[in-house]
Amino acid sequence: MEVKLVNLTKIFSKKEGDVCAVDHINITIPNGKLVGLLGPSGCGKSTTLYMIAGLHRPSDGQIFFGETEVSKYPPEKRGIGLVFQNYALYPHLTVKENIMFPLENKKMPKKEALEKAQKYAALVGIENLMDRKPGQLSGGQQQRVAIARALVKEPEVLLLDEPLSNLDARLRLQTREEIKRIQKNTGVTTIFVTHDQEEAMSISDEIVVMNFGVVHQIGKPQDVYNEPIDMFVAKFLGTPPINILPAKVVNSKIKLFDDEFKEDVKIDFVEGQELNIGIRPEFVQIDENGKYEIHVEMVEYIGRDKSILFHFKGQESTCKAIVPSNLMVEPDSDIKINFNRFFLFDKEGKRLV
Amino acid sequence: MQDKEINFDCKVDFDGNLVTSKETKTSKKTPKKINDKKKKQNNKTAMLEWKKDGWKAVISLAPALLILLVFTFYPIVRTFIISFFPHYNYLDDSFGAFGVDSFTRVLSDPLFWRAMANTAIMVLVSVPLSIIIALLITVLLNSIKRLQGFFQVIFFLPYVTNGIAFGLVFATIFSPMDYGLINTLIHFFGGKSIAWTGTAETIPYWAGIFVITIYSIWNGLAFKILVFLSGLQGIDKQYYQAAQIDSTPKWRVFTKITVPLLSPMILYITITSLIGAFKSYSSIVALFGESMGNSQDRTFITAVGYIYRYFNDVTSGGSVTMLSRASAAALILFVFIMIITFVQMWANSKKVHY
Ligand SMILES: Nc1ncnc2c1ncn2[C@@H]1O[C@H](COP(=O)(O)OP(=O)(O)O)[C@@H](O)[C@H]1O
Ligand SMILES: [Mg+2]
Repeated sequence: MEVKLVNLTKIFSKKEGDVCAVDHINITIPNGKLVGLLGPSGCGKSTTLYMIAGLHRPSDGQIFFGETEVSKYPPEKRGIGLVFQNYALYPHLTVKENIMFPLENKKMPKKEALEKAQKYAALVGIENLMDRKPGQLSGGQQQRVAIARALVKEPEVLLLDEPLSNLDARLRLQTREEIKRIQKNTGVTTIFVTHDQEEAMSISDEIVVMNFGVVHQIGKPQDVYNEPIDMFVAKFLGTPPINILPAKVVNSKIKLFDDEFKEDVKIDFVEGQELNIGIRPEFVQIDENGKYEIHVEMVEYIGRDKSILFHFKGQESTCKAIVPSNLMVEPDSDIKINFNRFFLFDKEGKRLV
Repeated sequence: MQDKEINFDCKVDFDGNLVTSKETKTSKKTPKKINDKKKKQNNKTAMLEWKKDGWKAVISLAPALLILLVFTFYPIVRTFIISFFPHYNYLDDSFGAFGVDSFTRVLSDPLFWRAMANTAIMVLVSVPLSIIIALLITVLLNSIKRLQGFFQVIFFLPYVTNGIAFGLVFATIFSPMDYGLINTLIHFFGGKSIAWTGTAETIPYWAGIFVITIYSIWNGLAFKILVFLSGLQGIDKQYYQAAQIDSTPKWRVFTKITVPLLSPMILYITITSLIGAFKSYSSIVALFGESMGNSQDRTFITAVGYIYRYFNDVTSGGSVTMLSRASAAALILFVFIMIITFVQMWANSKKVHY
């Protein structure tokens, strides 16, 4: 089912004043897709998810499931499945009882409920753990039980709140593939909340990048990465993160402190305007005839690639470049580089090129 | 802990204070019980540290141990021994011949069985009723949003209220006189006064039991609510959100989520209340006087009351050998409480989730 958020807003009233956790966001989640809601901690992801679930009442705006407006519906009327960040499995019930719990609420006959539970347990690969209690399961297994419990009622929409954040690195990789597979198999419209950009990029059909309750950009992961709409999105996506170089327009030329920024920029600038130039580590190319001379401070080997830490002359902040590891680069030497791409942002972070 | 529970705290009650001593006792025990789980986990490390800190521990525990030995363990052992010497004379501390006469006499005494029947009513009726009522009130209290603090104070007031004031209020409500609150109500609807409390011969059995039940429910309510409330607030709210999303009916939320997750608290309250009910005495004295009903029948005598009757006989110049009977009765009660507690623990070990 298509999920549509229109001007959705949530304001928490606190003693210290109002907090606008979600600020007039508009998102359309296409039917059967997996959408990643991505942003730093505290940006309002969970609040958005809980509003879709009905656990929070929106301060303003509407939520549509297909054609129906569900904003006023209580959670139990929305037909959603929700996987909580720490799973919220009932500790006193076995895995089987946990998965069957939503079905028993609907007074489904025991036999049918058991069959369904078994089907979804098999789907998430926990059919041999049915008689254990959650306390006897690993984090990854608990997470699958939680997904099975959310899926067993065959919801129209599946909501996942940072489902992988309690898992160790290896399990996280494995489980996110699993989530992708389960979502593909069931075709359920899924909203997946995470603060981990890599996680969101790897499994989402579309990502929604949020900050301070505002949506910055929506799009296919690769598109958002390649064409970030502003500096926040550019900085938030990518590891190692993008290099941001402060620059200034002097005599109609962009100056990077001492150096001149020697790229073609077809934009009219105001004299004295301050800018930020964004260069992803992989945009840097070592070139004997390069336009810029830099000082290499440190060279790190990271498997297939090599990362170079360097300074532009006169610049304080360290930049990072990723180059193939067969290139010879000595630490503490001067080399020449070129940029094969760059992003130009104004002082406020808006993308100019 | 078992021994401590069974120790005759009735002595404390002799000052005529209307507080059932079980209340003061349980309150002291709360932190201890709650720490029990931690204690278990710390057991291993404690063992390792024992060698190093053993002497320190002995020295710091010595005063408490000494007091326990003198005032708790020694009397228990004495009681045990005396009960098997039917001619024990407490004036010259002579034991006489060994025998089980005291037990046979107690067990064939109709008054003893009346006492056991009354105690059984307290144990089987008041305790489950009071726990269920406390649970329901707690869940309601926890679910209201506005004025929650206000209502919590209301339900907690009896706990901090002086026992005498509490008893007086109760005496006014259930006074056997025409001006009693309930009797006034009965008059208003055209009925006749009922002797609810006191030592009159005309107290209907059901009325007395009714008052005892109400009294013990009300008396223990605050503490139970306090324990349940703290337990409830420790339950992760996400369980309830998950239940709501899965459209769980309210009653099912209560029975399938709240009660199981509160089960450690429920077990604790059940055991302490059961033991308290077995030991009930001071509340009966407060409601029906020292004779626990009219002086011939002692209609509302309880097990501990029975022990006291014989103990009293001795101190007030009756036959000195009655002390052996009192001890025998105490021992029988002890065995009863122990059996019930073990059964309870065993039954709950299958159902309680820590
Ligand atoms: N129940 C609440 N009451 C008050 N403020 C809240 C509540 N829930 C969240 N907030 C605030 O709203 C903002 C967004 O929170 P949240 O949606 O949990 O962020 P995220 O899930 O993206 O980390 C935070 O500033 C948080 O402090
Ligand atoms: Mg969150």
